[in-house]
Amino acid sequence: MKKVYVNEQWCLGCHLCEYYCAFANSGKSSMIKALKDRHVVPRIRIEEHDGISFAVSCRHCNDPLCVKSCISGALSIVDGAVFIDSDKCVGCCSCIISCPYGALSHSENGVIQKCELCQKNEFGVPLCVQGCPNKAIVYEER
Amino acid sequence: MRYVIIGGSAAAVGCIEGIRAVDTEGEITLVSREPYPFYGRPLISYWLEGKTTESKLLAYRSADYEEKMGVRALRGVRAERIDADAHTVSLSGGEVLPYDKLCIATGSSPFVPPMAGLETVQSKTCFTTLDDAKALAAMLGDGRDKRVLIIGAGLIGLKCAEGILHRAASIDVVDLAPRILSTVLPEEPAAIVQAHIEKTGVRFHLGQSVAHFDGGHALLSGGSELEFDVLVLSLGVRANTALAETAGCALDRGIIVDDGCQTSVADIFAAGDCTVSLDPDTGKRRTLAIWPNAMMQGDTAGRRMAGENISFDKGIPMNATGFMGLHLISAGIYAGEPLLTRTADSYKLLYTRDDRLVGFILLGDVERAGIYTSLVRERTPLSSIDFELIRETPQLMAFSATERAVKLGGGKYDI
Amino acid sequence: MAIDFLYPQYEVVRNPMRCISCRACERQCANGVHHYDVDFGCMMSDESKCVNCHRCVSLCPTRALKIIKTDHTFKENDNWTGKAISEVYRQAGTGGVLLSSMGNPEPYPIYWDKLLINASQVTNPSIDPLREPMETRTTLGAKPQAIERDEDGKLMDNMPPQLTLNIPVMFSAMSYGSISYNAHASLARAATALGTYYNTGEGGLHQDFYQYGPNTIVQVASGRFGVHADYLNAGAAVEIKMGQGAKPGIGGHLPGIKVGADISRTRMIPEGTDAISPAPHHDIYSIEDLRQLVYSIKEATHYKKPVIVKIAAVHNVAAIASGIARSGADIIAIDGFRGGTGAAPTRIRDNVGIPIELALAAVDQRLREEGIRDRVSIVIGGSVRNSADLVKAIALGADAVYIATAALLALGCHLCRSCQTGKCNWGIATQRPELVKRLNPDIGEKRLINLLTSWDHELKEMMGGMGINSIEALRGNRLMLRGIGLTQKELDILGVKHAGE
Repeated sequence: MKKVYVNEQWCLGCHLCEYYCAFANSGKSSMIKALKDRHVVPRIRIEEHDGISFAVSCRHCNDPLCVKSCISGALSIVDGAVFIDSDKCVGCCSCIISCPYGALSHSENGVIQKCELCQKNEFGVPLCVQGCPNKAIVYEER
Repeated sequence: MRYVIIGGSAAAVGCIEGIRAVDTEGEITLVSREPYPFYGRPLISYWLEGKTTESKLLAYRSADYEEKMGVRALRGVRAERIDADAHTVSLSGGEVLPYDKLCIATGSSPFVPPMAGLETVQSKTCFTTLDDAKALAAMLGDGRDKRVLIIGAGLIGLKCAEGILHRAASIDVVDLAPRILSTVLPEEPAAIVQAHIEKTGVRFHLGQSVAHFDGGHALLSGGSELEFDVLVLSLGVRANTALAETAGCALDRGIIVDDGCQTSVADIFAAGDCTVSLDPDTGKRRTLAIWPNAMMQGDTAGRRMAGENISFDKGIPMNATGFMGLHLISAGIYAGEPLLTRTADSYKLLYTRDDRLVGFILLGDVERAGIYTSLVRERTPLSSIDFELIRETPQLMAFSATERAVKLGGGKYDI
Repeated sequence: MAIDFLYPQYEVVRNPMRCISCRACERQCANGVHHYDVDFGCMMSDESKCVNCHRCVSLCPTRALKIIKTDHTFKENDNWTGKAISEVYRQAGTGGVLLSSMGNPEPYPIYWDKLLINASQVTNPSIDPLREPMETRTTLGAKPQAIERDEDGKLMDNMPPQLTLNIPVMFSAMSYGSISYNAHASLARAATALGTYYNTGEGGLHQDFYQYGPNTIVQVASGRFGVHADYLNAGAAVEIKMGQGAKPGIGGHLPGIKVGADISRTRMIPEGTDAISPAPHHDIYSIEDLRQLVYSIKEATHYKKPVIVKIAAVHNVAAIASGIARSGADIIAIDGFRGGTGAAPTRIRDNVGIPIELALAAVDQRLREEGIRDRVSIVIGGSVRNSADLVKAIALGADAVYIATAALLALGCHLCRSCQTGKCNWGIATQRPELVKRLNPDIGEKRLINLLTSWDHELKEMMGGMGINSIEALRGNRLMLRGIGLTQKELDILGVKHAGE
């Protein structure tokens, strides 16, 4: 299955992936409409320290702890990818305590959000990857 | 292969999925006392609070889950006896189910100690099942005019308080322990949570028990008196071991299992809140009555039943919850050197011992807490990571570049 | 602050409707042009620091940015232009030599643009390269002067060592130091994939790149940095650099700040020391001296590698080339005055040397007249911008061309001509690790391959149009060219007729 992989050697710390992510999941027709004058709450996050930077988003584990921990059944695996039904999520943070990557976070409306590989939005392929200027994030089969 | 699973919650789901990960053919029969499809028991407070609906709550797994997983589900049925020699389970309807491999996932039940005058209380309930929650909702009605007394300031009692905050006229919570969440938190963070909850009007009566009930009247051991309309009993739970006992399984306040979830009886496995297993740190048996543990144990039991040789020894105590908007996450044990970081709106207490993070408590800011949990679970030597960095915030930056390449790059790059 | 009289050349125009304050511009500008102002809650810019490299413009996800030339002006004066005045101010302020980089940008004639290519009509029909064989492979090196036979009358293989190019374009010399590790990696990998060559420049060869040796030309220049026996034998050919089009007659200077551990090791000089290439080779004062170096290198490489001698196109280039051909060199490389550089004194870059088109025509003509054209191959560089320039170069007599500026453009260079600052925002002309990583060789390699593959397609189309199906048949075929708007003298030097003739 294609997944998002990170190679920190090429990450520039430009944070564009975060903005592309926030836009992709905004439902808005343009990045400007989606993000202008807004605090961005993306599903992918850059870590940076001492000249090193890299993006972290859901690894779509083969045996995801978050799915096992979810008390509401909001997290599920479909064809190898982990999805969240924000309608079912009650924001209990069981997934946050479980995920060893810190890849799930609170969304603007209090429930949990995570990378769904842009499969539930109109883009269909991860926009963070499309927006990465240096192929530090790639979407591929490994 | 004929698999029988007794129980209808997390461990049972884990077991079904564990079996099916290995064996897509075998017959699975599920026996559950509750009439409902699988649901998250901890969700009942959220249901009362209005954060979820009954239909969403009952959709823990999809409507066609049992069909897709090839499970014959007998719901509203009790398993009454196990004949380990004959490899059969007798059900309440008289049916006798043969099994090749059996999983006991009977969970736990509320524990209600004898209390003077308890029988005089009209409206009272425990708070562990959807039926309990429905009963409580019915007792409260829509008038927001009922005074509620909750006995037990543990997770169940406090989640109940949160759930009914907008439905009750008042809430009083009594607990014998000197602090709230006494099994989950040490004093200082407990006090922070207590103060936060008290802001919503909930009143605590700690270090006390009810000496005597008389209808809607409770006399506390400290001498004060409380009037109430509805009583919630949340003093704790006990593992359901009666069924396992009929099979001759070894017990110790729970069904004793090894790290493959095998009981002392051949072909009988057990998982979830009804079990006790060895804590590798203390060498003592303990129950980890938490959802993820039940799922993992169920999964392990299921895979073992289907023939895969795996074990699960990474269960750690952990709680992810929150009260009235304050997130609370804790995991591991509170021993060793405490390292406190406190800001205006967050509290972080890490415990390190022998070059390991053994436990932690987070209040408020809980983002990425799973990175700490993994340090506890994986027993990561702190000398192998940048602990100063990770102490500040949970982050993968604290790991070595090689480790990160494995975590984030699928392990294929050498950096 | 003292008045420096200088007004910023560019203005950073930010469309406030479009800007989402993502700060990508701020994070990507090594010059510190952009910053987020907390009080105003928006992005601000200091255009005095802007070099117009377009990094911010390219990465802005909402296209909120553009860089425009300021319309701030001096009183109009065709003699004392704004540029001329500002240069005086700058020198009066600093007392220093003006430094520039990349090629001569001044409005001298570009002869490529005054040459038109022929096509077949009716007779000698054109060739469709998609249906019929078309050969753009070429070999470089001295060709045998006569057929030789052994005692039995069998043909002897007396072919001197050759370079085989799948496309008659090579990447010209850029040292590791002047450009980054990742730029070198991109060039080396692309040359290998394309079946052509890249050139180390005078910075030596990084250990990691020995694996690309079969597609590497190693250079020996006046500083002799990084030259040792293994280095000479690592490449497919050795190039002796006598001169460079951007700065004929002067040497080079890599400031110590760019000489980090890796470069120090590769160049075999102490870390942090300035790497100074002298203006001349101190052992070469004549063609005879040059011949000694050529043969020293041939000895060192067991006569298995062609030797290239590279010179800048200067006034008497034809006579010099004739001497080089007689020195034993296998290939002459000529670099025109528009050739790029990582740093050169502005006055030299903009005023010294001659156009490559004229130099090429003159050299080819001279070597033909002297009957020694076959003794050497001619490679030219110094601003081949596209496949049409390439066709014209071959028709004027080149065997192949060198490109560097075009290759850097493919890698992301925006010709801001600020290489000398070492703060290349595109990760090309820099050694700062945080900037170097901006050029991912996976991307760079692909873009270079794309560029040359597309040129190859176009080259074949143009050759087919002329009814020509091999580089051999196009080389020196000046009948395929016509001049436009040129004087008779220019036409004579170029050896082409005027359009209509």
